[in-house]
Amino acid sequence: MTKKNGFKDTISHLFIGNAVPIMFIILIAIAIPLSGFSTRYLIEEMVTRLGRDSFLVLSLLIPIMAGMGLNFGIVLGAMAGQIGIILVTNWGVSGVGGLFLAMAVATPLAILLGWIAGIVLNHAKGREMVTSMILGFFINGVYQLVVLYFMGKIIPISNSALVLSRGYGIRNAIDLKGMRQSLDRLIPLKIGGIAVPVATFIFIALLCVFIWWFAKTKLGHDMRAVGQDMSVSENAGIKVERTRIIAIILSTVLACYGQIIFLQNIGTLNTYNSHDQTATFAIAALLIGGATVAKASIPNVFVGVILFHLMFVVAPKAGKQLMGSAMIGEYFRVFVSYGIIAVSIVLYAWKRSNEKERSRRSLRGEQEIPKTD
Amino acid sequence: MTEQQPVLQMQDITKEYFGNRVLTNVCLDVNRGEILGLVGENGAGKSTLMNILFGMSIIAETGGYTGKVCIDGKEVVFQNPFDALRAGIGMVHQEFSLIPGFTATENILLNGEVLHDNIVAKLFGPRLKTLDLPEMRSIAEKSIELLGVEINPDTLVAEMPVGHKQFTELAREIHRPEMKLLVLDEPTAVLTESEAQVLLTSLRRLAATGISIIFITHRLQEIFDVCDRIVILRDGQVVKEAATRDTDIVQVAELMVGRSMSAKSVATRAYDEKTETVISIDHLWVDMPGETVRDVTLEVHKGEIFGIGGLAGQGKLGIPNGVMGLYPAGGSVTVHGKPIPLNDPAAALAAGMAFVSEDRRGVGLLLEEALDLNIASTAMQSQNKFIRPLLGGLLKWRDDKAIQDVAREYIEALDIKCTGTSQRVEELSGGNQQKICLAKAFALQPDVLFVSEPTRGIDVGAKARVLEALRTYNRKNGTTIIMISSELEELRSICDRIAIVDEGRIAGILPPSATAKEFGLLMIGKLKGEGSEVNSYA
Repeated sequence: MTKKNGFKDTISHLFIGNAVPIMFIILIAIAIPLSGFSTRYLIEEMVTRLGRDSFLVLSLLIPIMAGMGLNFGIVLGAMAGQIGIILVTNWGVSGVGGLFLAMAVATPLAILLGWIAGIVLNHAKGREMVTSMILGFFINGVYQLVVLYFMGKIIPISNSALVLSRGYGIRNAIDLKGMRQSLDRLIPLKIGGIAVPVATFIFIALLCVFIWWFAKTKLGHDMRAVGQDMSVSENAGIKVERTRIIAIILSTVLACYGQIIFLQNIGTLNTYNSHDQTATFAIAALLIGGATVAKASIPNVFVGVILFHLMFVVAPKAGKQLMGSAMIGEYFRVFVSYGIIAVSIVLYAWKRSNEKERSRRSLRGEQEIPKTD
Repeated sequence: MTEQQPVLQMQDITKEYFGNRVLTNVCLDVNRGEILGLVGENGAGKSTLMNILFGMSIIAETGGYTGKVCIDGKEVVFQNPFDALRAGIGMVHQEFSLIPGFTATENILLNGEVLHDNIVAKLFGPRLKTLDLPEMRSIAEKSIELLGVEINPDTLVAEMPVGHKQFTELAREIHRPEMKLLVLDEPTAVLTESEAQVLLTSLRRLAATGISIIFITHRLQEIFDVCDRIVILRDGQVVKEAATRDTDIVQVAELMVGRSMSAKSVATRAYDEKTETVISIDHLWVDMPGETVRDVTLEVHKGEIFGIGGLAGQGKLGIPNGVMGLYPAGGSVTVHGKPIPLNDPAAALAAGMAFVSEDRRGVGLLLEEALDLNIASTAMQSQNKFIRPLLGGLLKWRDDKAIQDVAREYIEALDIKCTGTSQRVEELSGGNQQKICLAKAFALQPDVLFVSEPTRGIDVGAKARVLEALRTYNRKNGTTIIMISSELEELRSICDRIAIVDEGRIAGILPPSATAKEFGLLMIGKLKGEGSEVNSYA
């Protein structure tokens, strides 16, 4: 192989390896001038959204490490977090204290749900993604039963602002007055007029440190082993099923905290809808950051959150400029996130077959030398 | 040997599987620092014996065993392989059990990592201790050094050559200080000749440090190169136990098969190389895992039985699998001058080629179907045989009567032992399953028949009958047969020409009358670069 060929090969390999982020950078580069947003506005938006979403996206990393793919089951954690928030709002605890109390209340619930999810996923090895997605729909049904019927009937809810006029069931939208941005504004800081949610960022940084440290623990190491080859790990004496369950529990609990952080930033809880898109958007963000079903890192999370949300902010406006309709925007948001997940999974498969082809090339003999017999 | 306590004693081990006795009063001693060679044909009871030693669950599930296993003089009953590991007994398997994305170090210390304690671990349990990578690396380094090989402990297993994987696995077993007995099951099967030599040297070094080794291999020469003592199993009994210096290969081989090796029966047909070329393969490469073909060029003539031999993993199996379209391949293949599209099994079949796969139970047979359907299936699919057209060809109906007739014909011709044409194939023995595979290929009436490892895993009697069936079919129908086999003797007894594959290329083509030495040299690649003389026969 000539040197030029090798160089070309390396470049194309590099491009294929990062096809998704590159595609998005190109799209965004086209959309930003079309939208007409100012740089300042975009930076402000990105700072807010990084604080809002990063924690949720980070909660996806551990199951990927354990070879369980993209955990669509983080909606389970989100629901647990919302129940915590409803209860704490009912008790009238506000501020950061309320926020942490909500986390504390929701943790056992998230552990329970994660444990259930872990057991179910152990029965569906190799089909974890679709199973966790369907499990999310199922637990959503249970959540609605609890929130719509049990709350006010079995679970006492005293705050009338929360309960539907019929006497039981939680209202569709809850104003989180006491908690709104309590974490974001805990340590006030403005840089060039842009509010920076310092405490939230500290929280996220702590989680990053935790994940980095966790990968070096015996448990994290075992998860990597299990993620690559379950039977070899089993034969080496690693408790495979238990390890997988722990991975899902961790992910669910982190998602629960992530959802609480997300909601304190938004300031309102849509009781029946807030968790609907949690998994989809988080997964879309992670994939756009260059992660795959089998490999994801902390940088993927932040690159992904920034690119995904830039797209989110810019696309509707750009769509409106082009098509002249605001409705296009809303449509475009959902279209983009589902589209990305589909495209990423297809690209992942394409990339893998490409890599196989690449490694196969070395098998061919010296075909260019003509035989002289 | 002196009067020291043996590390391992197995006394009067008897084991039955559902009334079928597979081990009878087997006694086995291994002394400290000794290398014991354990040989026996397939099914002689080697694996069962090792399963008993390691407390594999299959033994308890099938009714346990009688007899005693003693380690250092104390009787033990292991419940699972981890018990055995704790007692200092380790095993290196034929298949690699390594994590591809981990480094050599991480694999050597898999689930035996050196850990640092920390506060979190004290609160939440020992699995939150952190890994001490530098310490792990130095242990791995020591372990690799003990083997006398050079492997960078930071290399990912996925990027290692096969030989290094084998050494990594070995290093994993010996890094434990308590290790005293190591069982190696065919460790050289996947290695090249030179890698195997390095491995044997490593084994001697290990034995010198006091570790005992049970070495299971089919390659008798290796036993004689490295073992102190040899135990020969046949039909579940120890037929001979002797110091290697008191015996020789021929005697061991005889005892293994239980009959004296027949004077080398060599195919003696006058072979006419003037006949037309039926199939020509040009610069073929095949991406078959573990059997990569790199650049193979061959021509096979009409009516010929062409043998392809070579060591395991060199690519001989990849050739038929590539030509028949089962694995991704490139290059060109022409049959009767017409090019055959690769990567398309249907096209390969349509061109008049048939394939008896080495993967009998996976590719070769529909295990849960009746044997008559198995015989007819490929012919039905690719040639519309055994099909009755209804409504002027609008519907195609299976012709059960014709299927049964052809099945009966082959049951008789190949002497297949079964209860009838409707017996399910999975109930047949390995030898009879192989005959079904042959019948299935014969039913296609192919021009070119590829037969891959036709006698693997079947008993000696069935082997002879399978080979005879191939010879008869060739003589009667003039079918060109390309036979791939690991057993050179088998190739020499039936083939007109024999090609030896080495590292994915044809090392040379020899007549069956060539000496074992000539074949041996080709197999280990000794003639590379000066192969013109040998190739002249092609």
